[in-house]
Amino acid sequence: MNNISRRGLLASGAAAGVLAATGMPVRAQQKGGTLRLGLAGANTSDSWDARTHSDSFMIMAAHGAVFDTLTEVAANGELVGELAESWEATPDAKTWTFKLKTGVTFHNGKAFGADDVIESLNMHVAEGAKSAAKPIVSAITEMKKLGEHEVQMTLKAGNADFPFLLSDYHICMYPAGQVEEAVAKGIGTGMYKVEAFDPGVRAMLSRVDGHYKDGKAGWFDSVELIAINDASARMNALMTGQVDAVNRVDFKTESLLKANPMVNVFEVTGNQHYTFPMLTGLSPFDNLKVRQALKHSINRQEMVNKVLQGHGAVANDIPIGPANQYFASDLELNEYDPDKAKGLIKEAGLDGLQVDLSASDAAFAGAVDAALLYQASAKSAGIDINVVQEPADGYWSNVWLKKAWCACYWSGRATEDWMFSTAYETGVPWNDTGWENARFQELLLSARAELDSAKRKDQYHEMQMLMSKEGGTVIPMYANYVDAHSNKLTNSGTIGNVFQMDSSRMIERWWFA
Amino acid sequence: MNSVLKIIAQRLALGLLTLFIVSIVIFAAVNLLPGDFAQAILGQGATPEAVEAIRTDLGLDQHPVKRYMQWLGGALQGDLGNSFAQANFASFVGDDSGVRTSVAQQIAPRFANTMFLAGVTAAIAVPFAVTLGILAALYRNSVFDRATNILTLSSISSPEFFLAYVLILFLAVLNPWLPSLSNIYDGMAFSERLEKTLLPALTLTLVVTAHMMRMTRAAIINLLASPYIEMARLKGINPMRVIVRHALPNALAPIINVIALNLAYLITGVVVVEVVFVYPGIGQLFVDSVKIRDIPVVQACCLIFAAAYILLNLTADILSIVSNPRLRHPK
Repeated sequence: MNNISRRGLLASGAAAGVLAATGMPVRAQQKGGTLRLGLAGANTSDSWDARTHSDSFMIMAAHGAVFDTLTEVAANGELVGELAESWEATPDAKTWTFKLKTGVTFHNGKAFGADDVIESLNMHVAEGAKSAAKPIVSAITEMKKLGEHEVQMTLKAGNADFPFLLSDYHICMYPAGQVEEAVAKGIGTGMYKVEAFDPGVRAMLSRVDGHYKDGKAGWFDSVELIAINDASARMNALMTGQVDAVNRVDFKTESLLKANPMVNVFEVTGNQHYTFPMLTGLSPFDNLKVRQALKHSINRQEMVNKVLQGHGAVANDIPIGPANQYFASDLELNEYDPDKAKGLIKEAGLDGLQVDLSASDAAFAGAVDAALLYQASAKSAGIDINVVQEPADGYWSNVWLKKAWCACYWSGRATEDWMFSTAYETGVPWNDTGWENARFQELLLSARAELDSAKRKDQYHEMQMLMSKEGGTVIPMYANYVDAHSNKLTNSGTIGNVFQMDSSRMIERWWFA
Repeated sequence: MNSVLKIIAQRLALGLLTLFIVSIVIFAAVNLLPGDFAQAILGQGATPEAVEAIRTDLGLDQHPVKRYMQWLGGALQGDLGNSFAQANFASFVGDDSGVRTSVAQQIAPRFANTMFLAGVTAAIAVPFAVTLGILAALYRNSVFDRATNILTLSSISSPEFFLAYVLILFLAVLNPWLPSLSNIYDGMAFSERLEKTLLPALTLTLVVTAHMMRMTRAAIINLLASPYIEMARLKGINPMRVIVRHALPNALAPIINVIALNLAYLITGVVVVEVVFVYPGIGQLFVDSVKIRDIPVVQACCLIFAAAYILLNLTADILSIVSNPRLRHPK
């Protein structure tokens, strides 16, 4: 039996978790108060069905407060159990056994156990379910209840990251046999229970007495989540003390926020990245030299400075970021080098290059500006980029995956394998480059089932190098998660970087100073 | 009086026709927008199968004319259909679960909020504007008259969001007197609700005052040249009394008209103000629904807006007939 500890799994995860200096002394946690959050990302289509969650309001309310997942990525990037007490795998990483926490109850009093896990996971593969976590759950071939608090899951193929995948915010635990009621009313095992919920407007939560996390998390007595999709209104609400924290700081008014002594802006670099994928099956992108020329004709630092206004980091054409365990931060950067790009175009046997780049701000905020910057920097390399401004409506259906070269964004994934198998594995539906590389594919499959952390690290490094040098996508930058809070709030000093607002777990992790 | 009833009946029938045409226009316009609910809700995750699944679920794969006829059939029986946004879950959750699935259920609380905001605004704006108008007419061409004109005209000329931000700056940021966030909800105490509604109400007041004030002033000044006013003056009645007792009743018709139009605006034109102040009214619901192409909700909102205009216009016409004896008793 190869017993991997959670720590072992992360032994090489030096890059995981970012210490965010907020400039505040770390104080002891204390209970009390009502946290008021002003959040962008609320919709009238919101519900407590975690399978449909994709925007920050519901992710914070459900995964971050009302519901729990089996595992959780702690603020420092370490994988810890949330509803799972411990887990172990067979050496081929195919069969996983999870021991569940005992004494956990749902908000309606029902005890949590193995049946709930099995039914909650099955929700994602139910007939007609439109779950974003379907690929994760459909990899399970069999789920066995070994005891009231023990579940065994058998996978189609070995996957060393499996416990990591179960921390996904879609895979919340619902009470078996009462799923419908739980979705309607928001009945989970989380630290906070629902008092009121108006989709797209507001949610009011209050702390559960005698919760299994007591003393470890959940310091606020109650939490009010207010939907404020308008950026100026959100900033105003924080400035005037109507809310205690906001997500997605508006860069245009950020200097005003910073000038306010009552407000702290905090940011972390996570895996969120902006990309320019090329369909490598189409000319001229089928030519490796052309792709490399384009990689060298973009001024990455300028993009970070101008498009992200400094709130980001230069990326090296890889979709793996600082919040990943095996992030290769030491790869040679595809520097902006017009002369080299010129040379590469010549090597490709071309006389110059003229390409269309489709962009719209639907891809990411500032995508059109980014495309125009790209156009300007590529000009000195003799590459003529024609920026085609596409309508924001229907961008994902009509432009992305359809046009030969366009702008796109990815929020990143918690694990390398997940990211690669979502968008870069041969034949997957979201593969937006169609790039095929036999070595890359081989490494992807072998790293997936590899439980030896050191070996995986080497494999993932090689994959990232391959992508950076030969891949079909230009990834110029990581976009930071930039949020702000009033100085009445404080935290442990370590802020999670999987998602915005302390990996969307601010409600559990922060407290009033 | 019969003639008045006849007019009402006529106008209501015409109003229904207007609503019918509006519903066709809106339906066609929303269908012309690129993308549909399935694509909007799935975003980047819009794989062809997922889009197809949602379209089939909601009947979006059917021909637009057929869909419109179905909607119309329901609407004629008072059923405005189900909101796409929540229908996604209705089949899964069941109707008695507390999830608001029908358009009516979704709109009702929002509409009540909008009416509350309109009510508060009207309670401030109408007396304010009419008083200003009377005073401006009384002291016409004075510094007061000019200043009032300049202020109200510049406030109506500025975009609403700008007025909103100016008020936020002075009344919420620099002097923390009023909350900049109007997130009212069910079960809030009336006084708190009123306090939270005050800033958006003041913004709207600035927007609608100019019209009403200018019309009041113009209508009264117009009458001041009439012989009977001359007579009243010669009797030695003080100018204020001349205006309020003698001129105002005869100037009511145009004033009522412009007030009614502005009230209609308070219901239909509040979208921007609701977004800026995060006020959970029908305007914000409308914006959210257009964003995700939730056609049933968009349709219902438009019908409410159109109906508000039609009814308030009708009310205005009726009131101006009733307030004018010559129209009340036509020869």
